[in-house]
Amino acid sequence: MVQTNGRGKTDSLIRARGLDKTYRRGGEEIHVLRNLNLDVDRGDFVAFMGPSGSGKSTLLNLLGGLDVPTEGSITVAGDELTRMSGGRLTEWRARHVGFIFQMYNLIPVLTAFQNVELPLLMTNLSKAERRKHVETALGVVGLSDRMNHYPRQLSGGQEQRVAIARAIVADPTFLLCDEPTGDLDRKSADEIMLLIDRLVREHGKTVLMVTHDPIVADLADTTLHLEKGLLVESRESQGARAGGAA
Amino acid sequence: MKFRGLIFANLFRKKLRLVLTIGSFAVALFLFAFLSVVKSAFSVTGGAQAAGAGRLIVTGRAGLIQPLPFSHREKILRIPGVQAIGTKNWFGGIYQTEKNVFPQLAVDVDTQRQVYPELVVPDSEWQNFVKDRQGAIAGAATAKRFGWKVGDRIPIKNSLYGPTKTWEFNLDGIYHSAIEGGDESQFWFQWKYFDENLAATEHKVGWYIVKLEDPGEADRVAKAIDAEFANSSDETKSGTESAFQANFLKQLGNIELIMVTIGVVVFFTLLFVTGNTMAMSVRERIGELAVLKAIGFTDRSVLSLVLQESLSIAIIGGVLGLGLARLAIPLMSKALGTIVPRALVLSPSVLVLGLVVALIVGAVSGFVPGMNAMGMRVVTALRRV
Repeated sequence: MVQTNGRGKTDSLIRARGLDKTYRRGGEEIHVLRNLNLDVDRGDFVAFMGPSGSGKSTLLNLLGGLDVPTEGSITVAGDELTRMSGGRLTEWRARHVGFIFQMYNLIPVLTAFQNVELPLLMTNLSKAERRKHVETALGVVGLSDRMNHYPRQLSGGQEQRVAIARAIVADPTFLLCDEPTGDLDRKSADEIMLLIDRLVREHGKTVLMVTHDPIVADLADTTLHLEKGLLVESRESQGARAGGAA
Repeated sequence: MKFRGLIFANLFRKKLRLVLTIGSFAVALFLFAFLSVVKSAFSVTGGAQAAGAGRLIVTGRAGLIQPLPFSHREKILRIPGVQAIGTKNWFGGIYQTEKNVFPQLAVDVDTQRQVYPELVVPDSEWQNFVKDRQGAIAGAATAKRFGWKVGDRIPIKNSLYGPTKTWEFNLDGIYHSAIEGGDESQFWFQWKYFDENLAATEHKVGWYIVKLEDPGEADRVAKAIDAEFANSSDETKSGTESAFQANFLKQLGNIELIMVTIGVVVFFTLLFVTGNTMAMSVRERIGELAVLKAIGFTDRSVLSLVLQESLSIAIIGGVLGLGLARLAIPLMSKALGTIVPRALVLSPSVLVLGLVVALIVGAVSGFVPGMNAMGMRVVTALRRV
């Protein structure tokens, strides 16, 4: 259950307290996030919405360990991110976070298989084990027959599915999706959302997603609205838990 | 090894650029090898230097232009520390055309082999030479250059000693240098044949070569020789053969400095070209590297990826360039003939040094963009995708 009042359970998967993020541009201080509290439980599917510059992506970056808050703390599965060094944070990301980007961000000179294998290259898995994991991940996203294709040989929807396979191949604790359907047509967007929804419902994944699309956001269990760095509204989805994406 | 696929794919991302970068490495390393061997050919080093340290060259005080009387020979031989003494006269003749330059020297047959043990002539050929007043011995390089073989008659025109006249020589033998890269360009003939064809009053030698009992005594013996003839009409100037050769080569200009300067310019040009190429390649992929870091690649593994790419280019280009040099330098040496003082020899040490240079350039050119990639902020870089 998602909570934003700072009174969540102590065993929440993700626990953010008093998050503040300030940038300095020229001589001016820009407050991107202000005193934000958030508790997310394992298996939750949370969507963040809000106008551009409201702090959605910054929040996602902080929760994913890509950036550090100016103030406040973030604890994920018992690990306090704000106390970790850069190197430890990288290792932590490899173990706990799967990233799905708007522009897919696949390496164009690598095949789908090689792209999905990338996160496993930093592990101690043998080549055979890596292959097994990659094949499983590509199977989950329905691209077993495209594993030797290069990104340029795939459609946008297929590229994003490869990116999803890359995000789940190391079995991370949670997935961070930054506008995963922002570059796709409606049909492909629906397919991708069905897939993400399946990851939550069938595989128990925790997903935090930034989106501008209310239809997409409606699939999440909870939609949080941000404005000028503040969480202004929290809304439970009616249909998601009951009927899923279909 | 796990990154091999990624490195390989990145290398072949832009094939033309890869070919051009490897090409620039290959050309630079070829130049490096070529300049190194030319520099060696123009400097007195290694075996030649060691051999030269055991010999003194005694010239007239004014230098090679001032011949010395034959009578100095016995006086020098009496000086303690002198083991043997040889003589040489510069002939300066023309074989067929003026382009065919090679050193022709009138030598003392009695002591030549004792003074120059590293220049090897088969005994039977040497015996024929000693017996033949018009006999000659040619260095293997010169014999090969003109296609001479033992038994050939070699006419050499000369106008330095009186009216122009063609001297006829019988090629009795061919010498080889026991030292790698040693001089195999000389053409020797008997001093007696030379002397008897000059005016009766000559009996002069161009310079003396003194073989020392102990190379460590070179300075003392040289001073003793010069003191022996001080205040005479034929004063001498003595020094080690190595110093004499070095001074002689200096007259050709400071070849070593020119070679080193060109080498340094090539090195830095290569460094800037490859550094710029690597930096460009990393800049183009900054978003991809940011993704790698986001999904768990450590800073060190990103640096390692970039370094391995640049080192791969350096090794491939270096091996190509040095391989080409290995094939081409013997051919170039043949083509240059006696324009260079010694044959161009590409030694293993030059190959190793070349590879080390390639690796240093590869490492430095990959290190700077690699460090930039390592230090980039993932969030900032991802915004550029």
